[in-house]
Amino acid sequence: MFATAKSLHAAGVLGLNERNCEFIMRLNPRRFYPRVDDKALTKQLALAAGMAVPELYGIIDNQREVRRFAAIVADRESFVVKPAQGSGGDGILVVTGRSRRKRDAYRLSSGVLISEAEIEHHISNIVSGQYSLSGNPDKALIEYCVQFDPVFAEVSYQGVPDIRVIVYRGYPAMAMVRLPTRASDGKANLHQGAVGAGVDMSLGETLTGVLNNHLVDEHPDTGALIAGLRIPQWDFILRSSARGYEVTGLGYLGVDMVIDSQLGPLILEMNARPGLNIQIANRTGLARRIARIDELYDPDIKPAGRARIARREFPVARQTSIKFDAD
Amino acid sequence: MKQQYVYGLAASLAIAGLSMFAYKWQVLGFPVSENQETPVWTIESSIRFDSGRGSIKVNLLIPTLTPGFRMLNENSVSRGYGFNLNYGTGGREAQWAIRRADGPQTIYYRISVYEDVNSEQSDTTPPFPPPPVIDEPFRTAVEVIVADVKEHSADTASFTSELLRRMNDSSPGPNIELLLGDADSYAKFVNRVTTILAAARIPARIVRGFELQGRQRNAELLAWLEVHDGDRWRYFNPQTGEEDLPDRYFVWWRGNEPLIEVQGGSNVQISFAVQENHLDAVAIAKSQAAQLGSTAVDFSLYSLPIQTQAVYGVLLMIPIGALVMVLMRNFVGIDAFGTFMPVLIALAFRETRLLWGVVLFSILVALGLSIRFLLERLRLLLVPRLSAVLIVVVMLMLIISLMSHKLGMETGLSVALFPMVIIAMTIERMSVVWEERGATDAMRAGLGSLVIAIAAYTFMGLSWLEHLVFTFPELLLVVLALVLLAGRYTGYRLLELRRFRELGGD
Repeated sequence: MFATAKSLHAAGVLGLNERNCEFIMRLNPRRFYPRVDDKALTKQLALAAGMAVPELYGIIDNQREVRRFAAIVADRESFVVKPAQGSGGDGILVVTGRSRRKRDAYRLSSGVLISEAEIEHHISNIVSGQYSLSGNPDKALIEYCVQFDPVFAEVSYQGVPDIRVIVYRGYPAMAMVRLPTRASDGKANLHQGAVGAGVDMSLGETLTGVLNNHLVDEHPDTGALIAGLRIPQWDFILRSSARGYEVTGLGYLGVDMVIDSQLGPLILEMNARPGLNIQIANRTGLARRIARIDELYDPDIKPAGRARIARREFPVARQTSIKFDAD
Repeated sequence: MKQQYVYGLAASLAIAGLSMFAYKWQVLGFPVSENQETPVWTIESSIRFDSGRGSIKVNLLIPTLTPGFRMLNENSVSRGYGFNLNYGTGGREAQWAIRRADGPQTIYYRISVYEDVNSEQSDTTPPFPPPPVIDEPFRTAVEVIVADVKEHSADTASFTSELLRRMNDSSPGPNIELLLGDADSYAKFVNRVTTILAAARIPARIVRGFELQGRQRNAELLAWLEVHDGDRWRYFNPQTGEEDLPDRYFVWWRGNEPLIEVQGGSNVQISFAVQENHLDAVAIAKSQAAQLGSTAVDFSLYSLPIQTQAVYGVLLMIPIGALVMVLMRNFVGIDAFGTFMPVLIALAFRETRLLWGVVLFSILVALGLSIRFLLERLRLLLVPRLSAVLIVVVMLMLIISLMSHKLGMETGLSVALFPMVIIAMTIERMSVVWEERGATDAMRAGLGSLVIAIAAYTFMGLSWLEHLVFTFPELLLVVLALVLLAGRYTGYRLLELRRFRELGGD
């Protein structure tokens, strides 16, 4: 047991306790949390900073306004409904289209048709706080549904694949691509069964995927190879996420981005408590990179410069060179 | 920097808690284990005499220094007498006085003592006794004996043993026979021994006391020999010369003064009765704290009304549950609903016992969950839905109680006290997780909560721990210190070792 702990420590693996104690509590001042916990505010801040985000169609913040839903989406074919203070992708409804015969029947990303009343019930659940972190009344955001770039089409099952970048004191430290599966119900959340694939920071190229802590070469639903996909506009992605530090003031930050086929990379949300699964996806510990960033840290470098440093400092040793014991 | 601050705070909390604990335990004698009873002996001396015409004054020597025992309390029963405690040459003296009395009189003096090895062993070092003034021919006899015994001994102790051995010999030498010629009583015999020891410049005195055992209606005073070796008092059996002290020998008085003196009375009789009781150790500790003038007892939970005590008996275990919770979550890494839900569930188990608690909890949560999913179809708002679940849970509990009563199982009834709000909250949280993250996550967190609840219940149910925390609430400072330390624990959680095991290879 202690030997395992020792070898993990030697490999620079970050544990939850250390993450909470050393990074989140030290670098993420509580007063900045609303900037990331409230997605409406995040969107506002990101827009003010000139970052690309999905367009907001409307906000519903009390039960009486739930009726406004149909009006908000009147001339939209596809949209996303999400709680402003949700976590882990909970409570997100992705509508990709409408029924051909009835305009008030909506098609979800899973292909299921649901009625307007059902969506309104969902929105009123959101507003009453069912999905909010604190259980307090919440707002429902209705926004642009990302038409995701075909680069990940082969390796996703419905839903939207996204890119998570961990930004430490403004420096991108580690990244992964999260690919929805049938098991994850279209959600890009690793503990719900999505596939996580590490990313070579210097090239922006995916590495082998990880599903439920096990290494996978192919997507479980589509069977396509996961590794070796080149992420478009990788430099832009790194620069945007690096800028997330200036926008939020959080020193230990997770930036979630999606790539729209038309609009390019968009910031979906940011997270003050990004999970540690990214280490498994990259099969590398975070602690070493964090230590390296602490060595290099220079408060005067601009986001673009920090993105460049990340690309220079964190190339990933090729997967094949790492011995892997598959359980 | 912060780290040191936390360590310092934790250390000072722990030291404060532990030193308070040590004081109450070692000095005041609060018992560390439950139902600890200490035998308490009550020795009652009854003095009977016929009153004379004038005023009456009674002097009784009472225990002063009692090695191996500590006094719990003492009192005297005497009708119409004035009572006083004095220090005389022979130690403490009880004094009764009355102007006039008629007929036979009885005075009682009662003392309760309990064993305490730490009780003062002896008094100060006495001066060397002056050489006794003895008339011839005894003087020569004493000198010869002293010289002879000195030849056959090395130090005070062996001198005393040798002397006693010779004096108890069935065919003693002529000198000893001469000395013991008129020693017709045991007390006189011991008195002669002290005289010879004084001639050898050895401080010695006669002590009288009782061997305390069980109940004795007429306890015999047992004379013993105390000899000072320049360092401490040592005890010798006057009849064998062996150095020892009978078990539970309670010293009543020392020296040659008479035990009792009655002025103005005749036909004096004194008798002793011994009674053994068992007293709760806590009661003894309280009385001792009162004697030492300590305020520890005033602020102890034992000074609260019994019912409040019972509530605190439960409440004080919550920090223990919280500690278990911290260990399970931050060191083991088990998922659970809510921060303190498992501790509350564990509290609920106290009412039902563990097995029943787990069964009932699982049944209620399972039934509640299915009803929650039915309610989900009705599309109710959050608060009304939660309330509906709560009402259903109450009704489910009612049904379970009624059914188990019909089936003759009384345990089912205790479910009535099972905190239903906890169950309703668990159901709601579980159903949300179920919908959002799937059955696996919901079951995992549900099982995690149950596992932590069982662990917390196990620790919170340890009766010795409960007693310890109740008697020494300052130990909660130690628990607090541990929790603070755990709050700065940045190592891996046990389950993380498994989760990240593939990363440790390279």
